Amino acid sequence: MLQTVSESRTVGETQRVAYRFMLRARLLDDKFASLYRAGKIHGGVFLGRGQEALSAAIGVHLNKTDVFAPLIRDAAGRLAFGEPIIDAVRTYLGSSLGPMRGRDGNVHRGRPQEGYLPMISHLGAMISVVNGVLFARRMKGITGIVGVACLGEGATSTGSFHEALNQAAVEKLPLVLVVANNQFAYSTPTTSQFACSDLANKAIGYGVESHSVDGTDFSACMETVGAAIARARAGHGPQLVVATLLRLCGHGEHDDASYIAPEQKNSKLGRDCLKVAEDFLLKKEFADAAQIAVWRSEAIREIDEAVAQAQREPAPDPYEEKWSALSSEHLNELREES
Amino acid sequence: MSITYLEAIREAQAHALRDDPRVFIYGQDVGAFGGAFKATKNLQKEFPGRVLDSPISEDAMIGLAVGTAIEGMRPIIEMQFADFSTVAFNQIVNQASTLFWRTNVPCPITVRLPFGGTSGSGPFHSQCLEAIYAHYPGLVVLTPATVEDAYSMLLSAVAIDDPVIFCEHKFLYYHLKAEKLPSEALPIGKARIAREGRDLTIVTYSAMVHEALAAADELATEGWQVEVVDLRSIKPLDTDTVVASVARTGRLLCVGEAWPWGGVTAEVIARVTAEGYGLLDAPPQRLNAKDTPVPYHPNLWAAHRPTARSVAAAARKLIRY
Repeated sequence: MLQTVSESRTVGETQRVAYRFMLRARLLDDKFASLYRAGKIHGGVFLGRGQEALSAAIGVHLNKTDVFAPLIRDAAGRLAFGEPIIDAVRTYLGSSLGPMRGRDGNVHRGRPQEGYLPMISHLGAMISVVNGVLFARRMKGITGIVGVACLGEGATSTGSFHEALNQAAVEKLPLVLVVANNQFAYSTPTTSQFACSDLANKAIGYGVESHSVDGTDFSACMETVGAAIARARAGHGPQLVVATLLRLCGHGEHDDASYIAPEQKNSKLGRDCLKVAEDFLLKKEFADAAQIAVWRSEAIREIDEAVAQAQREPAPDPYEEKWSALSSEHLNELREES
Repeated sequence: MSITYLEAIREAQAHALRDDPRVFIYGQDVGAFGGAFKATKNLQKEFPGRVLDSPISEDAMIGLAVGTAIEGMRPIIEMQFADFSTVAFNQIVNQASTLFWRTNVPCPITVRLPFGGTSGSGPFHSQCLEAIYAHYPGLVVLTPATVEDAYSMLLSAVAIDDPVIFCEHKFLYYHLKAEKLPSEALPIGKARIAREGRDLTIVTYSAMVHEALAAADELATEGWQVEVVDLRSIKPLDTDTVVASVARTGRLLCVGEAWPWGGVTAEVIARVTAEGYGLLDAPPQRLNAKDTPVPYHPNLWAAHRPTARSVAAAARKLIRY
């Protein structure tokens, strides 16, 4: 287990920890992409390539007692929030021992009672659920916590986004809404998604504070996301963070993203945040190349071990499956279809 | 001393708030105002900090409820009208109803839907949505027809560890009265024989139980004994009680205030036909609202929904088959 921020002491430790989560997430995503291409994964694979800096910056600034509702490109944040690699691998491979037991897959994973919420596919829908967790904890007298909900710029067009951000504002909940504006919602460019000049301006209408950041800039993400989370934690109400970046992959691995123009890929927006972070660590002498190489090989070993383990584990058995959607077993309709 | 259906709903909520610190109420105008129908009258005063006004955001209301349920609370969400729950449809049918199955974490939320037609309410304050919620796995759908059931089933709803869609009929709110609140009740999932008979079974629920009983009174003057089954719970559906009744009468008429297509009446007939085909002396029939939006004018509204008169007419036809 890597250290969390609260345990870090030495200069650059937070950055080192965050970088290692970014690296692990990238390598884990690469592994999922390979398994997908090899036909070992059922359904889709969704990568966070290009979004690791933002995502890791969220995860390392959260405590175990906080609330986190990641979206599809948040492998780094998930790991940093404490998700074991094996949970991710088991969910992608459909192991019956994983947190979702083969009932749900890929990015739809979490452990709700640990404040780690498993997304449904409908965008914006998790925000009000985070509100609810924060609301309940406030009723219980728990203070000093925050909840982060992640979304892309596409989700800001949903009614759920509006309702939930307004709700959080009215209730002054410690919600941090992190929008990764990666320029494309599947294939839809931002010009067809919203007409305001800056998504962060939306915060004004809701009466909440906003923060803008270059999502490709590792140290800026760390600073901005850390500040937003600290503001919410200190009781300043909901915070909207808008990070600008470029999705360095398809929507999913089934998508070649041919609609992204080469000029955009070659622009500053298209630079790889992992490389930016690596350069930053080297320049600041927070780590050297040898150290990074060790981290890389350690991460690869952990990922390979997790994949090997999950592949040996039993798949869900339809004959063992309890085909019941209700927790109240006495209310199930047990009649078999004839 | 008598108590109305609406007062029973208020009393059940007061009881739940008193008994269980995990219970709270969240909805539009439910606080100091006491709710559009006064179902939460004085509750905010009586239970400070636990009866809370929401913005007009049905989607976020249910999302918030799910979040609190994850934290072990037992929210009661008041939809001002059942019709507006369609704004929360996604959160109900995709978030709340799938949570337990996906994660093994129960989702004990109660969603109160003031539903059904009243004269002059029109297309968007009259709808019956029980069938569409019952369609989704992971939801319990309750439709109390009496003051006693309104009280005891709402208490049960709050105690159930799963999302419950509690359909309370606005037509019954004020004029349906009981002498006192019940101290015991049939379990959830059990239908009730509201009237015994041997010539025909009418299976129905909620406000239509009273139309069916009035129709049975009318048919009794003609010498027919009609049995009325009050389903009480749409999901789970008590097929055994229904089939047992049909075994006694040989004839089945299903009555529902909801629209006909793919509804509760169709489900009941499908089950009886599949499981009790040999018990039937005539083809099972159903009577529903017309397949149009609910009309505003009382003349049109009275013709749109089943009434004692149209139920009696359908019953007569079926008895003479």
